[in-house]
Amino acid sequence: MKGNRGKFGRRLLAIGFWILVWQLGALYVDNHIILVGPWDTVLALGRLIPDGDFWRSVAYSFGKISLGFLSAFGAGVVLGGLGYRLAVVRDLLEPIMVLLKSIPVASFVILALIWAGSGNLSVLIAFIVVLPMIYVNTLAGLKSTDGKLLEMARVFRMPLARKVRYIFVPALLPYLKSGCRIALGMSWKSGVAAEVIGVPDHSVGEKLYMAKIYLNTGDVLAWTLVIILVSALFERAVLGILDRITPGGGGHESGDS
Amino acid sequence: MSLVIRDVSKVFDGLQVLQGVNLKFGDKGIYCLMGPSGTGKTTFLRILMGLERADTGEIKGVEGKRFSAVFQEDRLCEAYTPLDNVMMTADRFVTKEAARGELCRILPEECVSRPVYTLSGGMKRRTAVCRALLAAYDILVMDEPFAGLDEETRGKVIGYVREKTEGKLVILSTHMEEDAAALGGMVVRL
Repeated sequence: MKGNRGKFGRRLLAIGFWILVWQLGALYVDNHIILVGPWDTVLALGRLIPDGDFWRSVAYSFGKISLGFLSAFGAGVVLGGLGYRLAVVRDLLEPIMVLLKSIPVASFVILALIWAGSGNLSVLIAFIVVLPMIYVNTLAGLKSTDGKLLEMARVFRMPLARKVRYIFVPALLPYLKSGCRIALGMSWKSGVAAEVIGVPDHSVGEKLYMAKIYLNTGDVLAWTLVIILVSALFERAVLGILDRITPGGGGHESGDS
Repeated sequence: MSLVIRDVSKVFDGLQVLQGVNLKFGDKGIYCLMGPSGTGKTTFLRILMGLERADTGEIKGVEGKRFSAVFQEDRLCEAYTPLDNVMMTADRFVTKEAARGELCRILPEECVSRPVYTLSGGMKRRTAVCRALLAAYDILVMDEPFAGLDEETRGKVIGYVREKTEGKLVILSTHMEEDAAALGGMVVRL
């Protein structure tokens, strides 16, 4: 407990140090177009928060990006499960996943704009970025399943639903959580980047774009702060749900003694 | 005879593990496979359960039979409790309360609802034994089921196994003559 408090205190000190560096940097540059300090950023945020349009934009982008993330999560787990069971599915999906991982997000954004317009751009981009991460981690998690437990299940004629619940899910969850940690952040980064390029109405990306057009660096940083906060809250919620369904609170995975 | 093993052989990486094994087992009773380490007891039990294929020979009488097992390792789902582990393979007629009662006969009550990874090796072994006994089966295979148990617990678990397998076919491997005697089993040399 004391150790945790000490760690938290050290983390706060580190954050405080960098905020101070940021403030000093802003004072040194002394140009509100190039850099505004943390205090001006907070003031800009204070101006944005009471505006109904602010909440509308946050809700719009949150809805679109989380929809993209959640559908990619579902599709990644299902495709990973199919890939684990059927080599033909795995072989078929491998080039697609490699392609999705290697093509720059900007290329996808432009193609998506041509094909589908800007309305669902961030859904599509978050989906494309998250899918290969969840797929690869699902496949790795399922492959890590203890063969001896599967043999035990075979001898006892365990039904598939119980095998999934007691053997596959505990093996899969640590991989899925680690994949989610990266994918959640990436979905927000790429989703907002797509919005900045596609400029869909009432999105966070549109607000960032407008702030850039008017050289309003305070608003750019304030919106960035909002994106970080919403993304962190979403990450907490998703990982919290995964922790809840982890047997034994995630302290240990199934396996041989 | 319910189970006939004819001329079963198995080679692993050029090493002859089983050679021309011929055995017969009745419909019921405890059969104790005895033999020093490395004589292929585990391999034989795995072939019997269909987990390995014999290189030669045949096994008659296992078609359509349900197996239950205590493996050489405990093979428990460690993040779950002993009660969960028993219930995940238990016969459909076994209720949770009945399973708890059975576990409490060979495990301290406070261990029944703790994750398996917090238990000692002996407690895990007893959980594995209880899981095997509460599953639906025609043939119970036990590979060194009392390994790692102290003398007092061993006696208690042997008594429990004896009681729960009355009228069933049990094929069990052990090094210890005393275990075979305490079980009242027929000794089969491999």
